[in-house]
Amino acid sequence: MTRVITLPKGFERPSNLGSQQKYEEVKSSSKTITLRISKFNPEKDSASTFLEFTVPYQKWTTVLDAILEVKSRHDHSIGVRYSCRQATCGSCGMIINGKPKLACFTKISELDSDVVTVEPMNNFPIIRDLAVGFERMFTTHKRIKPYIINEESEISGTKEFLQSPEDVEKYIQFASCIKCGLCNSACPTMAADSTFIGPQALAQAYRYIADNRDKGKDKRLKIIDERHGIWGCHFAGSCSQVCPKGVDPAMGIQLLRGYLLGYRK
Amino acid sequence: MNKDRKEGIKGMANPGRYGIERVAYWLMRITGLGLLFYFIGHIYETSNLLDGKAAWNSMLELTQTTEGHIFLTLVIGMCVFHTGNGIRLMITQSGFGLGRPRRPDYPYTPSSLNMKNKLCIYVSIGLAALAMMYGLGVMYDV
Amino acid sequence: MMSSIMRESHIMKIHYLTALVAVGFVIIHIMIRFTHGSFANSLEFESVIANYKSIPYAIVLEAMLILISVHGFNGLRIILLEIKQGSAYENAVTYGCLAAMIALIAYGSRTIIMASMGMV
Repeated sequence: MTRVITLPKGFERPSNLGSQQKYEEVKSSSKTITLRISKFNPEKDSASTFLEFTVPYQKWTTVLDAILEVKSRHDHSIGVRYSCRQATCGSCGMIINGKPKLACFTKISELDSDVVTVEPMNNFPIIRDLAVGFERMFTTHKRIKPYIINEESEISGTKEFLQSPEDVEKYIQFASCIKCGLCNSACPTMAADSTFIGPQALAQAYRYIADNRDKGKDKRLKIIDERHGIWGCHFAGSCSQVCPKGVDPAMGIQLLRGYLLGYRK
Repeated sequence: MNKDRKEGIKGMANPGRYGIERVAYWLMRITGLGLLFYFIGHIYETSNLLDGKAAWNSMLELTQTTEGHIFLTLVIGMCVFHTGNGIRLMITQSGFGLGRPRRPDYPYTPSSLNMKNKLCIYVSIGLAALAMMYGLGVMYDV
Repeated sequence: MMSSIMRESHIMKIHYLTALVAVGFVIIHIMIRFTHGSFANSLEFESVIANYKSIPYAIVLEAMLILISVHGFNGLRIILLEIKQGSAYENAVTYGCLAAMIALIAYGSRTIIMASMGMV
């Protein structure tokens, strides 16, 4: 026997609308923006083109939501990389209205524009549409030896690597890096110099040098002490401007320079 | 489309989008190059001394004009900005004035791009403007 | 390449040092120009030659020439090396800037030495 529940006046649910109808209802009552998405397939196209879509949005709609909306309803072929949708994985970095940002961390409402243009990150090769290749960034990251270098083993006996909260505070900021690549995209030296090591790698070099468990400072300083290493940075600060996790790579790089100039030991 | 999709000189030369620090980076490059070319010209210009008074005076006729004074005013401005911002960079690039590393928290404001830094950039620009006005005053005996 | 002769950190220390010292000398140079009355008077041939004949001032000029040449051409080298990469290009830029630096210092020194010795 089916129980019928009568809701008080004002709490009635709308009639059983289908998903498409519901979408049309929301769309007609919401604000809309024009989403311009860069499309480029390196196997077929010689230059990128822009496709425009009208997308409804609410106060909480992110750029990634809008892109996925377009992908599900209008153009299934849009190539976009995303994963966590909460600014943890660093997958959805792209150029949004001219600035590198994470699509999942950027609300449409905060862009304050009727037109939102999304393009793949600068200074990265395009795989397809909005997805870019990270080989160069991973290569430069590996160059600076992104691991604790310490000959002593913590396995034998009961010895452990002790760290006080103050010791952790010295490097934890730089350990927040999610390898999204926004800093490399914003950097003016990366724009011109194809052999520059990049702010991401340099910040990570500082992360390990500042860690008191690490003994690889001299090795890393030797790697970065070159024209296309740390000296390619001129403190334009764009990397820190765009970093979504507060890593502040510019700070790490200038602190690292202190070692090379002899102000820090 | 180039393989790396580098923005190239256009990306390096674009001072917009990223705040005053990027503008300062761009101005530093422009003023540096401008001062270098002025310096080369100045060394050549002063070498006219060796050709005697007539050669020196004919060189002065070329440079002591309104255009020459305006150019020299620009050089004064470039020199003062490049010096002021250069001193700021030397201090910050040694690791001073950046704040301390700390556990990041929303809204993740970068500590290195702090008010001290921004103020130094604005002061450099302001001093350059003042120096240009003073230089114009000296050149026109005001 | 220059960085194989000298580490880049040493080159940059020279870059910073030349900048700091040159600022002092430029201030002296400009102030001395102001001691000759008006701007126009200070540029008179006799007034300029008199300055060159003063040995301390000639030393100031020579020091400025060397410091600013080193700083300026190293700065140009930095910018050019960022625009394009490749070992042949980088060597050409490095040695080209070094050559231009030496040429400018030589040319300027000629003026200073000859003017200060009265060979005008």
